[in-house]
Amino acid sequence: MFTLESGSGFWNPILWILVLLITFLLFYGIRGFGKSTYKKGTEQTKAFLSGNKEPSPEEMHIKASNLYWGFTTSMKSLYSVLRKMHTGNTSDYILWFVLVLAVLLLILGVM
Amino acid sequence: MTVLEALLQHSPALIIAIPLLSAFLLPLVSRIHAKVRDVFALVMLGVTSCFVGLLASDVLSHGPRIYIFGAQNLRVPLVRILFEVDSMGVFMAIITMMLAIIAVIYSWSFLHQEDGLDKYYTLLLLVVTSALGMELTGDIFNFFVFLEISCIASCALIAFWVTEGEALEAAFKYIVVSSIGALFVLFAIGIFYAQYNALNIATLAHLLLFTFLDKIALVILLVSLGMKAGLAPMHMWLPDSYGRAPPSIVLIIMSATLASFYGLLRVVFTFYGNVLTTSLRFSLPAHVVIGWILIALAIVSILIGVIMALVQTDLLRLIGYAAVAEIGYMFLAVGASIAALGTSYATVALQGGVLHILNDAVDIGLLFLVAGAIYYVTKKRSLDDLSGLARTMKFTTVFFIIGLLAVAGMPPLNGFTSKFLIYESVYQLNPILSIIALLGSILLLAIFVKVLYAAFLGPELPGLKDVKEAPKSMLLAMGFLAGLAIFIGLFPNLLLDTLVKPAVSALLDHAQYISMVVGGL
Amino acid sequence: MIEYIPFIAVVAMILIGLYAVVFRRNLIKIVIGISIIESGVNLFLIMLGYREGGVAPIFTSLPPGTTYPPEMVLPVPQALTLTSIVIGVAVLALMLSLVMHIYRKYGTLDVRKIRRLKE
Repeated sequence: MFTLESGSGFWNPILWILVLLITFLLFYGIRGFGKSTYKKGTEQTKAFLSGNKEPSPEEMHIKASNLYWGFTTSMKSLYSVLRKMHTGNTSDYILWFVLVLAVLLLILGVM
Repeated sequence: MTVLEALLQHSPALIIAIPLLSAFLLPLVSRIHAKVRDVFALVMLGVTSCFVGLLASDVLSHGPRIYIFGAQNLRVPLVRILFEVDSMGVFMAIITMMLAIIAVIYSWSFLHQEDGLDKYYTLLLLVVTSALGMELTGDIFNFFVFLEISCIASCALIAFWVTEGEALEAAFKYIVVSSIGALFVLFAIGIFYAQYNALNIATLAHLLLFTFLDKIALVILLVSLGMKAGLAPMHMWLPDSYGRAPPSIVLIIMSATLASFYGLLRVVFTFYGNVLTTSLRFSLPAHVVIGWILIALAIVSILIGVIMALVQTDLLRLIGYAAVAEIGYMFLAVGASIAALGTSYATVALQGGVLHILNDAVDIGLLFLVAGAIYYVTKKRSLDDLSGLARTMKFTTVFFIIGLLAVAGMPPLNGFTSKFLIYESVYQLNPILSIIALLGSILLLAIFVKVLYAAFLGPELPGLKDVKEAPKSMLLAMGFLAGLAIFIGLFPNLLLDTLVKPAVSALLDHAQYISMVVGGL
Repeated sequence: MIEYIPFIAVVAMILIGLYAVVFRRNLIKIVIGISIIESGVNLFLIMLGYREGGVAPIFTSLPPGTTYPPEMVLPVPQALTLTSIVIGVAVLALMLSLVMHIYRKYGTLDVRKIRRLKE
């Protein structure tokens, strides 16, 4: 009932959850060996920005369009092509349809 | 004959008739009271689901069913329409009903301040009717009629927020794309009729010879139904319309999209089932060529979907691109199973693909509902304007996390079960396909972690201090889909054995589908 | 040769319609293009209904000696075409009303300028 067979492997969610649980318990046990020096409300909890004043959280929030900046910048050439492809022009949507139709007709026509 | 048997016998007709008639009764009912209208829509969908359930239990235990509209005897062969219901059609009908009921429950709160809701529910029921019709019909022209009904009704629904120019633009793009697609489908139907003098799917499949004209018809049907299903590079209408329609409507349009995908499966596996193994030039069998064409388009869909979703800032549009990637997964599975037709892993791939139809509906549907809830409470579309919503919208956050993990194929949620089957089977065809599929899943995870960080975590922005949790009916709808995601993830075999495996064997066993009509009547 | 002319006309109409949809900029002309494609497909369906030497499919007034079905013209393509025309009218009306609303919001009918949704 729980095991999913794929012919070349299997998947069992209950086994997976058990493994996760054991891992978590192990992790919790190892964590117990550490020292607890954490004190709430002291200098310890403040961010250290090389002596600069800490900005308010609203200013520190990274906006969604700035996330993955590195990835999008390094893939700039790919993105410029894809952006050019998605023109938003209704005619181009149909042009793509006609192109795919023509290519497939060519492939199956030759075959 | 007992009442139950009589109801069962006429259930294929009733499944179409009840939503269709109640669609046109709705404006009348809504004159009484808005509450009555809301309940009426739900009750009628509930009654339809009962019939779907009845039909499903019968079809799954006794094999395909035929319902004849028109002449019962064969003296006049063409003046009638057949409905042929097999396990695959029933599986799709169950998905459609699930999406429709959730969309109606969600709409209660989501749209309660809007005008024109009587027309809204009418159109919603019409789209449901058309999707059910496409899934149950055994007549190719009938399929076209329902395709056009879904195209007209969903276009009007996409333009529901008619005061926004973008909604109109999306609706116009949708209707141009889908009406041209539907006209080409009609052209292909004409080609079939010209050669074989028949419109019945089973009769046509029996007679099909794979002439040059049949090849043309196959290409036209593949491309135009693929476009309706959102296959790249003809996917551009999909993020536009999914991003601008009300999120409750997206579920309904998704059911029509999935019905087109079902039409494509029907075309390839049933129509061309007899001739798929014909050798073409270079002694390549036809199924290898068709399979690899679908695989190539599927890979493009997965990659374009995830790469474009990564840079979107509009949340609904972002999920629209993710939906393109998910459709790519289905096409990948189907393409692999066609390319490797006859091997054991082809069946596994098709099982993964068919199960992924349900999982896509659940996961993408859940994410759209969450995005709709965010839009409902904040009235903001852009992710840049959102932050720290987890503080006030606790349930929504939990549902979003479930949707995120499910859509990225993280175990033990439902997205993983079907993707696991797809990875394992596609790997045996070509390992590179499996790697690309995994890469797509990783990028999907990255995309939705970004959304989680941007919208739910972080500091509270000044404009968002007084947001409240979404209303109860919206939470109920989201909770149902989230529960389903966990349930399918934990008990993958329950669904696979009862619904998916019969559906897959019904697809692969085209001889049985044909013999129901050609031999028996 | 002469019997192929209607089919050539069908293909020509579909191509003209596609040309209008792809290369014309005015939204109304795009709608006209879709209408032309639809007419082409309808013409195709009507063409298929022709049977040489066939008789009208009226059971009560068949000429003596006709046998069913080879000599009888089945009215299926006509029925299909009628359905298709009705659907086409609905699509056309919907598209034109959308174009009207789009003109109000965007102030233009140029398809290249109606693309706030892109990328």
